[in-house]
This record gives sequence, structure tokens and C-alpha cells, in this order.
Amino acid sequence: MKLTLKIWRQKNAQAKGRMETYQIDQIDGDMSFLEMLDVLNNQLISTGIDPVVFDHDCREGICGSCSLQINGEPHGPDRFITTCQLHMRKFSDGDTIVIEPFRAKAFPVVKDLMVDRSAFDRIQHAGGYISVNTSGNTIDANSIPIDKEDADHAFNAATCIGCGACVAACKNASAMLFTSAKVSQFALLPQGQVEATRRVLNMVEQMDKEGFGNCTNTGACEIECPKGISLENIARMNREFLTAQIKG
Amino acid sequence: MSITSNIPQGPLAEKWTKHKNDINLVNPANKRNIDVIVVGTGLAGGSAAASLAELGYNVKTFCYQDSPRRAHSIAAQGGINAAKNYQGDGDSTYRLFYDTIKGGDYRSREANVHRLAEVSGNIIDQCVAQGVPFAREYGGLLDNRSFGGVLVSRTFYAKGQTGQQLLLGAYAAMNRQINRGKIKAFNRHEMLDLVLVEGKARGIIARNLVTGALERHSAHAVVIASGGYGNVFFLSTNAMGSNVTASWKIHKKGAYFANPCYTQIHPTCIPVSGDHQSKLTLMSESLRNDGRIWVPAKLEDAQAVREGRLQPTAIAEEDRDYYLERRYPSFGNLVPRDVASRAAKERCDAGYGVNKTGEAVYLDFDAAIMRYGREQAVIQHMTQASDAEVRALGEKVVESKYGNLFQMYEKIVDQNPYKTPMMIYPAVHYTMGGVWVDYNLMTSIPGCYAAGEANFSDHGANRLGASALMQGLADGYFVLPYTIGNYLSDDIRTGPIATDTAEFEAAERSVQATIDSLINNKGSKTVDSFHRKLGKIMWNKCGMSRNETELKEAMAEIKALREEFWRDVNVPGTAHELNQELEKAMRVADFLELGELFAKDALERNESCGGHFREEYQTPEGEALRDDEHYMHVSAWEYQGEPADAILHKEPLVYDNIQVKTRSYK
Repeated sequence: MKLTLKIWRQKNAQAKGRMETYQIDQIDGDMSFLEMLDVLNNQLISTGIDPVVFDHDCREGICGSCSLQINGEPHGPDRFITTCQLHMRKFSDGDTIVIEPFRAKAFPVVKDLMVDRSAFDRIQHAGGYISVNTSGNTIDANSIPIDKEDADHAFNAATCIGCGACVAACKNASAMLFTSAKVSQFALLPQGQVEATRRVLNMVEQMDKEGFGNCTNTGACEIECPKGISLENIARMNREFLTAQIKG
Repeated sequence: MSITSNIPQGPLAEKWTKHKNDINLVNPANKRNIDVIVVGTGLAGGSAAASLAELGYNVKTFCYQDSPRRAHSIAAQGGINAAKNYQGDGDSTYRLFYDTIKGGDYRSREANVHRLAEVSGNIIDQCVAQGVPFAREYGGLLDNRSFGGVLVSRTFYAKGQTGQQLLLGAYAAMNRQINRGKIKAFNRHEMLDLVLVEGKARGIIARNLVTGALERHSAHAVVIASGGYGNVFFLSTNAMGSNVTASWKIHKKGAYFANPCYTQIHPTCIPVSGDHQSKLTLMSESLRNDGRIWVPAKLEDAQAVREGRLQPTAIAEEDRDYYLERRYPSFGNLVPRDVASRAAKERCDAGYGVNKTGEAVYLDFDAAIMRYGREQAVIQHMTQASDAEVRALGEKVVESKYGNLFQMYEKIVDQNPYKTPMMIYPAVHYTMGGVWVDYNLMTSIPGCYAAGEANFSDHGANRLGASALMQGLADGYFVLPYTIGNYLSDDIRTGPIATDTAEFEAAERSVQATIDSLINNKGSKTVDSFHRKLGKIMWNKCGMSRNETELKEAMAEIKALREEFWRDVNVPGTAHELNQELEKAMRVADFLELGELFAKDALERNESCGGHFREEYQTPEGEALRDDEHYMHVSAWEYQGEPADAILHKEPLVYDNIQVKTRSYK
């Protein structure tokens, strides 16, 4: 198929960006979206234009590197996938595709389609862990049975890949779904209880400091999340947060 | 430079305990004055960094990704082995040790593998304490499944995302130390050289990938945990950025490179669909617990399937060849990866392949769906359940076990694997070879260590499923934190290592010169075009089966391609900005050297073992034929300029505790 691509180009964090239009031909439906961009880049290089920079790595939907806003949607039109899992069969010959970086104040553009998501790391630094030493001198793994349902819910929350689609989808650029997924994972496990109070207070405080917006429960994040992280996590974090505030 | 393995004396089962008691320690006050660099933040690097920082060392981590959490360990699907014997099915430390040695076709180091088996149980304890949400049974205890090459269920898992959950555990442990200021994380940084001072590893030159600036970082020891080199094949299940650069740079500075030809070709990957393909996707080995592998028994059926005239579901049971169950009745679909891959290639080469290119076999869940469905019907007292109802129940069970893998398959191939069998084909997945290390995980450069997939030590010529995660975490959490102290105990009076010295200056200048020559080359061909060509040579001549003639051709072709690369590559942009083409070019340049050494190593090893299959050395039934008399050794290569000139050092492998046998899974 033949496509028209409108792509955000920005030299670096300080530069002013703009949309550029490129034509591309002979795109096969079996190609992934990123493979289509590979083709474009090789075409650009051969005509002396700098290739388009974008984050990507595992190309199987798990590392969370890829982060494109495609036709206004994080990770494009399909559901429960990342950009690297999007295939060109979802598009038709003659389509125009608009490709932008994830937009949020807390995710400044690094170059072209690549953004800086280190705010997510800093939220995790603030409390996304259980404070046990890694020496292995702990109790046997089976000494605390955990309700299968709780363990499964904890796992579901823990499958967040930290891509930032939730932030990009949110009109407030809120990071509540991301933060609550980590808080929930630990809140649902007995091992996470000891530090529960401190964890939620510290992580929420860091989240606010990073400049993410507030949650107004529109649910766009849940719909765009490639891993289907549920809004329930936000409710759980709010509950944890209130309890923590009362406990102090 | 030495090739002494430094294996402690004494009975096998007591070596590690005794060694830990014997080695020197560094007192906590002195650890504060010692810096350690860790390159790579996957399971091995992440866990090492967290543990070393927790002990009190000042740690700097480096990764090319924007966050340590994105290292490619994240993509490991199936599980992690541990000799817990929770299932009471006869597992033990010895059995895990034995299975791993046998699985590696008697080409791994006994003492290292036993240590790995010893600490395996502790990894699970550790991870559960860190909040890793492993799969559980209804009673609340941990669940297990089975992987290839073993007869017990010892694999712990978190659906098809075990690597993700374990890596996030290690990343969380890192975050705790980052928050305390004990780890400084340099993300979007790539190590481009090792700095030696008086023969010891004392620092690295790294490029800040956002600004393009070269940076000097010093330390008292350097740990390389940057993963494997499967991307030398261009198409592999590795991440796009996975590379050999850190390992190769230390090799060029004196670290021996061991067994480069030992590559794991994983049997269950989604087949190649066309020339545009940038990477391959694995379908977890755990699927072989329930999936049955087959091809049509009749050539005319295979042809009809390829041409789209016949659907696999329309092929009668008696017209299917479940070739693994036929050839290996005792292990069936759960034979080790090397065996399964070769068997698939054998069927496809004989004309029974089932996709357009003829390079695919079926992985069929129909029998499992019906079996689980019938089980559920009994549990739910549905005595009159119809076939359709049974199928629906069974599909639910299969979904709960492998849901994310099935979804991944459907998104890529556009077919529903609940209704029609998956198509799979072998693909490059893991490299058992790597930087040579001694028992302490130290390379042949004093103060330079290698951990995880980057080293060579534990998997011999073939790695068993669910053992990579085990090894990465064992190295990082439980081995390095002890052994590195033994070396660093000599450094308590050294003080900070200065970076304004001639050694750092020279290393930085040489990196700068390489970058300049790539940027200024302005040739006519893209980096990708060279990488693809290299991959084709590797896959066709150094892939699943190898022979002398083609290996010699491969060496010559890779050398020629390398020369062409330096003459004609086109790297756009400048060195002083974020430049992904330059990053790729630097990595491909190293692959172009490694590839030749890989072929040389395969050529030199005149036997078949594990993943290394030489056509000249096989049994009449087509099984691998080892030559223990001449090749029971580790091939450790010393750099001498051109890869073809590398010098071979042999570390003999001694098996005192198990009897070396012909590996059989029949």
C-alpha cells in the first residue's frame, strides 16, 4: 500500500518542532508499524534526510520502549497492544497517518518522536519496592500462602510495562494508572504491608512533584493501556492513600 | 593472562560453602571507598548492582535503554528453575545439577553448575520476599510447570511474563539503592571501551546517547552484564539494541572469549514472514507442556497446505506426523531445544514444511483444549457436556495458562491459535558462549567480571529452558557479591581512581577516532544493509547445521563484508547529538568481528555437541556425535588483531561427579 505520513520532527529538547509530510510506498500488511518506519528511515537516509528518531527495543510488546501517538491514539488504533505489535494490515492503501510523540508536560521531547519518561523512574525510586536485602537470607517462599485471587490481581497490576500510554491518553496527563499499578501490586501481597503507608504517600508525592495532572476518572488510560491495567487500581490507591493519611 | 578456572578444592557439594568461608571480605567502612561499575541492567546486572550497593559499595550502572527496567531480560517468558521439590516429584539439587550438565551436552563446568543448582532455591525465596507475583495454586502455594529436557516440574512462573516480573523485582531492588544514593544510574549511556591501569580494569569510556558526549567513569572493578550476542544473526528474538559491544571491547583489551559458536536456536518462534522483518518473536517453551508438534505425514498434504488448498484442521489424525513423539518417546514434545530445533529443520528440509516458505511446523493445542475441557466438565458436574461445551471449557483453561502468548501470536500472524494450530520455526534466541570467566566470574582481565548471558560458564553447548533467568539472578544476587569482595579486599587503600590520566585519555581518543571515521565515511550503504548481509551469512553457514566448507566460506565472506563496511557505510548526522544510526553502526562493527571468530570457533570444533551441529559428525540416526577425547574443553580465544588470528586456549573440562554419557532423550 501507499501511505502519507505526517511526522513530528524536533531536533532536540530545546528546538521548536514541526510536522513533516513523507510519502511511502510498497508497504505490506504483514509489516509491523515500526518496520514501516524502518523502511521510511532507510528511504530518508538514501535521500540525505536525517532518519526519524523513535524509542523501540524488544519489538514484542514487553519492554515498554515504543511510545507513539498514532492518529491521536497512544499505540494506534488496535487494542491491548504496543506500537511495535501494531501491524500495517490495520491501515488501508492511501491512508494518511499522523505520528506524534507522547504528549505530556512531564514527558519532554528528547528528539523527534522520543520522549523523556524518567519521571516514571523517579516515582519508582520513591517507594516502588519492598525493603528486603537481596542476600537470600529470608524465609522459605512457601511459608506464607497467598490467596490465589490476590496473587493474580497483584500479577495483573504488575504487568504494567511503564510505556506511558496512560499519561498520553489522559486529558490531564495524569500518571495515576501507572503509579496505582505499582502501589496495588504491593498492597495486595502480605510482603507489601509493612511499608504500605510510607510507600503510597511517597510515591504520590513524587508523582505530583513531576508535574503530572490529576485524575478525573475519564477512564481513557484504561482503554489505551496495552496491558489492560484496570481502573480498579486507581480506586485501590486512593483507598490506600486515604488510609495512609489518617494513619500519618 | 591466565586460564586457570580457580575452582576450589574439596567435594563438589562443599566447594561453594567452603569457598565463601575462605575468601577475603571487605569491612563495611572500606566498602564506602570502593566504586564498582556495572554495565547492563538486566537480571544479572540489575541484581548485581542492587546487591553490591546494599553491601555498601558505590555503584554506577549503565544501560542504553531509557530505564533499567527495559533490559531484554524483560522479554523472557516461560519461567525460572529451582530445585525446591515443592511438587515432591523427586527433584533435588543434584538432579538440577545433573539435568543442566546433561542438557549442556557435557560442555559446562561442573563446579559452576553445582553452585547454580545450590543457590536456585534461594532465588525463589528472595523474589517472593521482594513481592514478585509468581503463579499460585488455590491453596495459596507456588505453582510449577515442566520445561524441556527434564522429568520433574521445577519451573516457577508468572504466566508468560516471568522475565518481566523478575526484572521488575531486580529493578525495584535497584530503585531502593538509587533512592539511598548508593547507585547512580546512567541510562541512555553506552559503554564503548574498557580502561586498564597497570593491567587492571579501572574504568570505562561511555557515550551519553542523548548529547553524544564521551564520558570517563572510573571504578575499582567493572562488571559486564550486557547479555548475549544473538543479534549477530540480524534476525533473532533479542531486542533491537541487544549487542556484543561491551563484551567485545573487553575481549579486545585482553578478556578471552569462550565458545562463541555455542548458540541456542529456539524451536518455537513465529516464522519469518518476509524481507522487511526486523526481529523474530518467541513463543514460550512452556507451550510445549500442552502443545503437540507435527507436520503432515504425506508430502502431497504438505504441498496442499503450503498452497492454501488444505487446512491443517482437515488433516486426519493418522495423516499427521508427531515427529518428536515418534523419535523421542520418553521426552516427546519436551525434548531439549537443540534437539527439537534440528528435528523441525529435518522435517522442513525433507519437504514437509507448512507455510508459504516451507519453513514452519505446527504446534497444536487441540488435544490439550479437549483434555482440559473434559477435566473441567467433570469438576463442574457437566455429565452431558457437548463437544462444543467441552471445547469452550478447555479454551478457558488454555487461555488462563497462555493467554498473553496466544494474543501475541494472533496480533502478529492474524490467525486464531485456539481454532487453528500455531505455525512455528526455530530462531536464534540465546548464546551459551561468551566472555570466559573463572569460578569467581572474573574474566582474564583482573578486576573485570562478566555475569549472566554475557559469560559462558553454566550452560555448556545447550541451555535448558528456564535456566537463563536462574543463572542471571544467581550470578547477580548470590555469586558476584561474594567473589568480587575477594578481589576488592586488595583495594581498600587505593582511593578514588583519577580519570585525568594517560590511560583514560588514550582510551577516549581511540573511541573518538572510531566515531569520527564512521561519521566522516559518507559511504553509499546503510548500516542495516550490512547487518542483514551479515545475518544471512551467519544463518546460512553458521546456523542450525554447519560444515567445514561453508564455515571457511563464512570466515572469508564476513571479513570481506567488514572491509566493505568500513569503506562504504553511510552514517548520517553528527557525533554530537542523539544519533541512532551511529549507535547501530558501532554495534554492527563489533558484530562483524565477532561473526568471524564465531565461524572460526565452529570450524575448529570438529564434533557435534548441543547447539553446535557439524554435519560431518553425526550418528546414522542424525543425532549429534560428540568427540570427548579431543573436545572436552572450553575454547577460550585470545584477541590478536584480526579475528582469524585469535589464539586458542583450552580449558579442560573434568567430570568427577557424573558419568559422561551419550545424551539420549529417546
